[in-house]
Amino acid sequence: MSAHPASGIGLAVRHKLLPILAFVIFALMFGLYLLLQPHGIQTSVLVTASNKGALLALVAMAQTLPVLTGGIDLSVGAIVVLANCLASNLVNGTPAQIGLGVLAVLGTGVLAGAVNAMAVVVGRLQPIVATLATSTMFYGVSLLLRPSPGGEVDDDFASALTGDVWGVPVSLLLLIAVLGLLWWPFSRSVTGRGLFAVGSSDASAFMSGVPVGRARASAYLGAGLLAGMAGLLLTLIAESAQASAVQAGDFTLNSIAAVVIGGTSLFGGSGGLVGSVFGAFILRTIGDLLFVSAASPLWQPLFQGLILLGAVSLGALPLLRVRNRLELFR
Amino acid sequence: MSGSAPTSSAAGLLGRLRGADLPLLVAGGCILVILCAGATVNGAFLSPHYLIQQAQVASFLGIVATGAMLVILLGHIDLSVPWTLTAGAMLGTGLAGTAAGGAVAIPVALAVGALVGLVNGIGVAILRIPSMIFTLGVNAVLQGLMVLYTGGSAPPSTAAPLVRWLAGGHLVPGLPNAILVWAAVGLLCSLMLRRTIAGRTLYAVGNRERAAYLNGMPVRRAVCGVFVLAGMCSTGAGVLLTGYSGKAFQGMGDSYLLPAIAAVVLGGTSIMGGQGRYAGTVVGTILIVLLQSMLAVLQMPDAGRQIIYGLVIFCMLLLYGRQRAAR
Repeated sequence: MSAHPASGIGLAVRHKLLPILAFVIFALMFGLYLLLQPHGIQTSVLVTASNKGALLALVAMAQTLPVLTGGIDLSVGAIVVLANCLASNLVNGTPAQIGLGVLAVLGTGVLAGAVNAMAVVVGRLQPIVATLATSTMFYGVSLLLRPSPGGEVDDDFASALTGDVWGVPVSLLLLIAVLGLLWWPFSRSVTGRGLFAVGSSDASAFMSGVPVGRARASAYLGAGLLAGMAGLLLTLIAESAQASAVQAGDFTLNSIAAVVIGGTSLFGGSGGLVGSVFGAFILRTIGDLLFVSAASPLWQPLFQGLILLGAVSLGALPLLRVRNRLELFR
Repeated sequence: MSGSAPTSSAAGLLGRLRGADLPLLVAGGCILVILCAGATVNGAFLSPHYLIQQAQVASFLGIVATGAMLVILLGHIDLSVPWTLTAGAMLGTGLAGTAAGGAVAIPVALAVGALVGLVNGIGVAILRIPSMIFTLGVNAVLQGLMVLYTGGSAPPSTAAPLVRWLAGGHLVPGLPNAILVWAAVGLLCSLMLRRTIAGRTLYAVGNRERAAYLNGMPVRRAVCGVFVLAGMCSTGAGVLLTGYSGKAFQGMGDSYLLPAIAAVVLGGTSIMGGQGRYAGTVVGTILIVLLQSMLAVLQMPDAGRQIIYGLVIFCMLLLYGRQRAAR
């Protein structure tokens, strides 16, 4: 990355500049939101914000893994909806049944991810079109599972996971656990390093003996698992499910936006899950800020769009450093 | 692809099939299979009336797919299709009450499409933002503008007479004009791709942007131009759709983005850009429309319809959408 050798804190900061920037922007915006919203700083306000943020953050994390390899998963939204529909049928009854239901939901997410992984790694299809096709299939299965909106979830389980422990939202703890227990060890493994290598240069990674296929497959499997978790969380928050193609599309599109705002390159090879989490929280807070601001509801979609467009346009800033115009073209 | 001398006829044939004709043959074969399957279930499936009706439905998707194909040939993608199309439709109906029987709606919609495309082009070609995310942002902005324009509900007015005539009238008896519009758009696009410098530039940029730039081609202008054309295709299809269905509504463009991309890819255009023929897009469009229509005729529940639809696209991709292994 850097042209001259640097060490210690300077290097660490430069390496993590984009996630840090995303965090600062989020902190400022969330502070503003807390000031503007009418309820004062209460646990309930934090819990609601955390639940909605964690939901999008999980989907954004799911999207980040394939994007790091230079691919994309347009089916994450459909997997979320699929897991949502399944969870609304299964997460109920005795504690053992609930536990099995949760496992089944997460397993379904992994299975959906496995279909994508097979398509991309074994089938050698372009991720963008392959996941487009699989998302239609996943949506079809969701319709089978839940032809009409509704469903039931165990109340205690739902309120436990969407509530708070000593004032700290459980969903936030869940998010930290996923980052610390799943992503941190994985990103330090050979396969995890392989994600970045494959995204930087497929051919070089292969020549260097990186397990290219395994790295790429793990990205889509991981995306399936995280999207499954998001679907579960969605079910616990909403306490119902709906097989909605619009909702699936919104999740997918917002996840891509969150990934970009979080500083992960859509060309692959650089970025990370932590940035995407902040990207997701930024997106959510924009919506909340518009909600509490005095802006007329009719203007809100336009503001939201303009902010989104402006945020992604910040990606043009590195152009100012380009000396040779040839570098612009790929 | 086209070797100077026929080295080994078998290998040459296979190479040719892989190059361009395999997608056309497979997609064409699929169309025949669908027609036969449809005919065994319901005899009316092969009646001229039904087929012409399908062609009319296909013409809207076909025009959108034309724009999508041009963008995909560059190696980019245009995700702003849904609300660009809706914007065209809403302007089309919104201006229907004005002078000259609402004829002004068509040029206004096309101009708006060109403007949207220009914004997309500037973001992608000059700011160098990945097209997938920039066009997504533009889509969100357009949605906001249209919510503001219509006050959040469907516009009350209906399409102007001229627009209705263009979509559903019969200049040639028995043939809806929408098909003629699609044919004209397709002919122009096909001529541009095959016969003009612009078309050659487009393929060159799609194959390797850097090489095209070093060869002195106006790369940025080409990218901007293609997005402008794609925007005009989207709004044009939107206006035409209001002439067919009579009204515009929120979210009417949502069902055109993915089918258009699927039609282009099933027609053999590489999603990486630089490779593909317009004839393939036409065949892909017809395939998608017939597939949707047959699943509807079979009175399949929506769930099964979605699964089969995705499965067919998936299997066809496996037949000819595979990349070379990275070694």
